[in-house]
Amino acid sequence: MDAQRPAKMAARGVRLDYFNERIGQTLQVLDGIDLSVREGELVSIVGPSGCGKSTFLAAVDGLINVDGGEIRVDGHVVTKPGSDRAMVFQNDSLFPWRTVQQNVMYGLELQRKMPKSAMIDRARSLVDLVGLKGFGDHFPHELSGGMRQRVNIARALAPDPQLLLLDEPFAALDAQTREFMQAELLKILERTRKTALFITHQIDEAIFLSSRVAVFSARPAKIKEVVDIDLPDERKLSIKTQKRFHELQDHIWKLIDEESARSGLIATA
Amino acid sequence: MTSVSANDAAASARKPARKVPFWKKREDFLIGSIAVILFLLLWEVAVAQGWIKPLFVSAPSRIFKALMAMIADGSIWRDLGVSGMEFGLGYGLAVIVGIPLGILMGWYRRFNAVLDPFVSALYATPRIALVPLIIIWFGIDLPAKVAIIFLSTVFPILVSTITGVRTIDRDFIKVARSFGASDRQLFMTVALPSSVPMLLTGLRLGLGHALIGIVVGEMLGASAGIGYMMSVAGATFQTDRVMVGLLIIAGSGMLLTELLRIIERRFESWRVDTRR
Repeated sequence: MDAQRPAKMAARGVRLDYFNERIGQTLQVLDGIDLSVREGELVSIVGPSGCGKSTFLAAVDGLINVDGGEIRVDGHVVTKPGSDRAMVFQNDSLFPWRTVQQNVMYGLELQRKMPKSAMIDRARSLVDLVGLKGFGDHFPHELSGGMRQRVNIARALAPDPQLLLLDEPFAALDAQTREFMQAELLKILERTRKTALFITHQIDEAIFLSSRVAVFSARPAKIKEVVDIDLPDERKLSIKTQKRFHELQDHIWKLIDEESARSGLIATA
Repeated sequence: MTSVSANDAAASARKPARKVPFWKKREDFLIGSIAVILFLLLWEVAVAQGWIKPLFVSAPSRIFKALMAMIADGSIWRDLGVSGMEFGLGYGLAVIVGIPLGILMGWYRRFNAVLDPFVSALYATPRIALVPLIIIWFGIDLPAKVAIIFLSTVFPILVSTITGVRTIDRDFIKVARSFGASDRQLFMTVALPSSVPMLLTGLRLGLGHALIGIVVGEMLGASAGIGYMMSVAGATFQTDRVMVGLLIIAGSGMLLTELLRIIERRFESWRVDTRR
């Protein structure tokens, strides 16, 4: 799409090794990842199981340090977690001792950048934004899986990050709720004008949400191909029945299948 | 969207209460109560019929009479007061020492490494084995009882607290780190609150040990207390009074344990939560 928009996130030649204590060997996980995400764009990463997608995302978040290359967000090299990025984990991992609103406030409390009343206002408006108006005082265990994942997204959005990192956020949801949440996520991103990097195992999810889909190779991961999703910008669930959608799906599926076969794994799709 | 999720939550949060008859809802409780009543009846009849000598097992009616006599002459209040005081001081001290120490040991690896051999050794030693030492140090008066109860109670509380602080859900740590939490913040916002359920379990376990401590302490030598009363009654073959003491110990144990269980249950939902 419009390539002149500045890169929000740029990874160049990212290498990452992982020392496995059990077998006493160093495994190469990432082998020179080049990937950029433009402002306001949602890019998905797919690839065979265990290829290092999540590791890459953790590196972008600053939870893991890279062994080579660099990751920049808004031009700054990532060395540790920062408030310009926020992660939405697959396991919603909401704090069970905090109410919905207190969970959303968590990041703000750690930052201590605004008065408590401002935190409460911000949390309340985010709870509304993700469609949970009136549930601020509920505890996580009182919510369904889909609602918990909404809270998880709201919690990540609270410190107003520039880049939202989502690690298979809908994997644990049932198929119907998942489709629902995909559409919701797009609405939320549009309203908040956030840039996002999204990891998933579901090819249709990746296509539906993204402007581009990056296919990772088997470990050690390289980028096998970045597929442009040339579907209309306005995504509705009906798009999934279009012919082009299926062509893209087939194409990406074949790419992943090749990689899975290469690494001796069963195709994941 | 909002309306959909609203229904969603209403369904999961507030299930419509269906009318369940009392006897069905409380079936287990009723069966248990009937069993106890039948047992007491059988006991009473067995003694009344002369099948068993009351010297060995007393009888419900005799125990009740003994209890009434003790209430009438006021001796029971003195014994309860003394034992209660010992329990309060010993258990309270164990909580005051056990929880902060457990938190420190759970959080600071090196601090734990220093103290762990001692804690493990003392935890594994039957606390009764320490009684001779305690008598040498404290004599046989109140400080000795408090020391025995303290030593019985502090280790279960300490060990549970250490476990609670140490076994934090990895995902919670990842979330906190991702939000840029410092070590101190990780401790205050994640380690402490998530250790509360384990901590309560420790308090409950400690309770049982404290009751053992009371009885053991008072049987070794004392001038008042439930355990003392029991040992004197036992030595003079007043089986009824021994039984009264037993009843009081068992009753207060059940009462206190149930109290802590109610508090624990309030936090139960957390556990279900984190172990999906």
